[in-house]
Amino acid sequence: MTGVEESTASLEARGVVVEFATRGGTIARALDGVDLTVGRGEIVAVVGESGSGKTTLARTLLALERPVAGSVLVGGTPLPHGTAALRAFRRTVQMVLQDASGSLNPRQTVYESVAEGIRLHRLAGDEPGTTEADLVAGALSDAGLRPPEQFYLRYPHELSGGQRQRVLISGALALRPQLLVADEPVSSLDASIRGEILALLLRLRDELGLGVLVITHDLGLAWNIADRIAVMYLGRVVEAGTTEEVLQAPQHPYTQALLSVVPETRRLEPVVLTGEVPDPTNIPSGCRFRPRCPAYADGAPDGEAARAGVAEACRTVPLEVLPAHSSDAGRDHLVACHLRRPGARLDTTPSAVGGSSPN
Amino acid sequence: MTTTPLSARQIGRRRRNEALRRTWAEFRSHRSGLVGLVVLGGFILVALLAPVLADSDGLSVTRATGGVLEGPSAEFPLGTDDNGRSVLTLLIWGARISLFVGLLATAISMVIGTLVGLTSGFFEGWPGRILFRLTEWFLVIPFLPLALVLASVLGRSLLNIALVIGVASWPGTALLIRSQTLSIKERPYLDRARVLGAGRWHLMSRHVLPNVMPMVFANTTLTVAIAILTETTLSFLGLGDPTRVSWGSMLDDAFTVGAMTTGAWWFIVPPGVCVVLVVLSFTLVGQALEEVVNPRLRRR
Amino acid sequence: MGALLEVRDLTVSYRTNEGPVPALRGVDLTVEAGEVLGVAGESGCGKSTLASTVLRLQPKDATVGGEVLVNGSDVLTLGWGDLRALRWAEASIVFQGALHSLNPVRRIRDQIAEPILVHDPGTSDDEVERRVGELLEQVGLPRARSRAYPHQLSGGQRQRVMIAMALACRPKLVVADEPTTALDVMVQAQILDLLGGLVRDLDLGMVLISHDLSVLSEVCDRVVVMYAGRVVELGAAAEVFDDPLHPYAQALTGAFPRIGDPRARYAPAGLAGDPPDLRTLPDGCSFAPRCPKAVDACRTAEPPLVTPPGAAPGRRAACIRAGEPA
Repeated sequence: MTGVEESTASLEARGVVVEFATRGGTIARALDGVDLTVGRGEIVAVVGESGSGKTTLARTLLALERPVAGSVLVGGTPLPHGTAALRAFRRTVQMVLQDASGSLNPRQTVYESVAEGIRLHRLAGDEPGTTEADLVAGALSDAGLRPPEQFYLRYPHELSGGQRQRVLISGALALRPQLLVADEPVSSLDASIRGEILALLLRLRDELGLGVLVITHDLGLAWNIADRIAVMYLGRVVEAGTTEEVLQAPQHPYTQALLSVVPETRRLEPVVLTGEVPDPTNIPSGCRFRPRCPAYADGAPDGEAARAGVAEACRTVPLEVLPAHSSDAGRDHLVACHLRRPGARLDTTPSAVGGSSPN
Repeated sequence: MTTTPLSARQIGRRRRNEALRRTWAEFRSHRSGLVGLVVLGGFILVALLAPVLADSDGLSVTRATGGVLEGPSAEFPLGTDDNGRSVLTLLIWGARISLFVGLLATAISMVIGTLVGLTSGFFEGWPGRILFRLTEWFLVIPFLPLALVLASVLGRSLLNIALVIGVASWPGTALLIRSQTLSIKERPYLDRARVLGAGRWHLMSRHVLPNVMPMVFANTTLTVAIAILTETTLSFLGLGDPTRVSWGSMLDDAFTVGAMTTGAWWFIVPPGVCVVLVVLSFTLVGQALEEVVNPRLRRR
Repeated sequence: MGALLEVRDLTVSYRTNEGPVPALRGVDLTVEAGEVLGVAGESGCGKSTLASTVLRLQPKDATVGGEVLVNGSDVLTLGWGDLRALRWAEASIVFQGALHSLNPVRRIRDQIAEPILVHDPGTSDDEVERRVGELLEQVGLPRARSRAYPHQLSGGQRQRVMIAMALACRPKLVVADEPTTALDVMVQAQILDLLGGLVRDLDLGMVLISHDLSVLSEVCDRVVVMYAGRVVELGAAAEVFDDPLHPYAQALTGAFPRIGDPRARYAPAGLAGDPPDLRTLPDGCSFAPRCPKAVDACRTAEPPLVTPPGAAPGRRAACIRAGEPA
């Protein structure tokens, strides 16, 4: 699968910074400089814990949040302002929101929910096959709700979780977008349904050339469908690369820890980090992962960071924003960690941070 | 692709019928609301059929046939007033005026309240803030004095009375609608509609309003009760339309001629009971509707 | 005295307007001290009904049959006084959704102290204070957190408080209903570590309920897989996870791919169809409508839970095709 950028790169975040004012008046930096690209026909997974900023990133890409710095580009042009100008962009990029039950208006039938986008963009015609009902039926069948007529008059509460998720997907597909952003598309679904929805995303990519950005906390999901992965921590991408690279040869201590606690990966010694993602009003100095980093180990002199001579840098030197793609063609595996920078003395003793070699 | 025998319009109609049927089934399970609806239906019927039930000549002071404050008899089942008119005739025609003013005032109040509440809840910036302050400002002005002042400034006509009541009673509705709007605005389906390309107008008319409307509807019936009471009060205080007979003006008359002290109960009790019954049944219907449309209030 | 928990032919059905809906249809289980039994299944499989019925906390409209023996006494027929004594002190439950199970306006200390005081009203304040501190440390929270209100704690910390409450009266059996659902992977790993440690240190018996078979395979000794109110597979956790016999268990394990497994790459596994509707269960095997291996014989009779030919002793599956060469 090609993870390489092409000139048709469709959705792009460039140095995006998003801030929220908290109740106490302090500023929380939910996104602190993010570069990311999703091309057509490509499935990119953004993984991270809650509080990593992954949902904010999705919302910003869809112009639901406005960045205070940086920009979002679609096909190379920055997102316009204003509802009317944004509408054209909406046809290109669609989103499936996280909460499938809350994302459908409880007073609208399935038909109305799916027809909403068609009406907003006046896509229906008079010719047989292009009427509104035809488009709705097509979108529902595309999302695997067959026969579509059977679902027309149902209300969201009469549907199962998997069906609601499919209605959301078909509502987005009805606009024939080129890109789809899916925020935790299967996290609220039963395991046996999960595979069906993921297979649907894969099929849409193969059949319609859809580019998909999947926001998830689930590394297994990324392994199932993603071409590339970006790992987020506290508002930054800390590691990015092809799925194989990131999941089979993780470089960042955070990715390694995340991977080691996935129950299915028994070959790794679990590195259970203490605490939770800190709150974004108070981002640690130097490397933002430092307080929880097993390699830095609270500055212990025998910690890996200390041995590599970067402990001081971990404390004081902020890491640069990872570019969406490296300038060095063919090497797209990027990591924001002082240990992986040219100056670090990497010792070869196998340690918890050593990662696992592929295969 | 499968073609469908159903057009979008047919689908919409079927959906609406279905929704109505469901709401009615739910409403029927509230006995008090049903009782209120029956009583209310009776009053509305009487008001509509007033010309059939009682000759409008009976309202004329000059053509009155009875004596002054006669007790109930076969000819005048509810006695006569101080001008010798039949109290029953007055009561029947009074129902027209009281209900008309009540409903018109409610309509005015609902329209202002819904518009202000919806916009002040939906637009966060300065338009919303200004409207919210305006609502609060109207809310803290005591209702009755405001109505009194407005009524005396505008003059004593039926339309003015309705206008006065409507203008004085919208802030409560506006606050209710505003709080509903604020809560609906945070629902994920609004984000979904935004992503689909919806503008503010679409969000308001297709998502916020339909979800607020049932609340408005339930609130309406409660507002009617207040409006009718206010009409009664204003008429009782002598600010009603002098050319029309309403339950309030009847009570006013009764009070002025001292029906209370002379023991002419038939002049006081019937309009009083009618006001109470109508207000009560509107309230019962309103409460039942509120429970139907707001599932959180539903007892399980 | 037999096992710590013994469930025999447990049936539960709910009365509804549309007639009775079966939630459990003949479930047998045993849990020994120091053992973690995992219960895996999806919505509608009856796992939450099982959790609440073990402590007779099932809703009022449930009709229950069979036996639930906790330390030899039948929970379902106990008098109210004995039942109260048994809850918390013999067996306790950690509910799912820690956010909603804690009272938002009471301090953590008071909420943990509540079961202690209910069971032993004479406990002195100092003693309660000491015990609460001890419990908090046991679940990995600093003693100072006892003054906090639930909203001041993170999701993982709240779940720890729920576990501390369950341990308050030193029960021998703990039922944990989806204790890690809605938690991040890292916090989930922390909680699972904690539960495993508690079982070892306190020699508890534990029933761990989850929709995620891979989570169970990490901490459990044995697991049962449930579908439509029945146990469809049972065996040692690692064996069930590595080599499931029942097609449903196979689908469940496939849903959580092993990272690095080339077979799972671009091939998410799943089942067609919706979860079973308990009102209209088919004749024969209730999984047959979604089963990729169903044959005509599957639709005539519900298969019994037996050890299939060739399977390890102690393993059972309710599938007539289990044990056939793949």
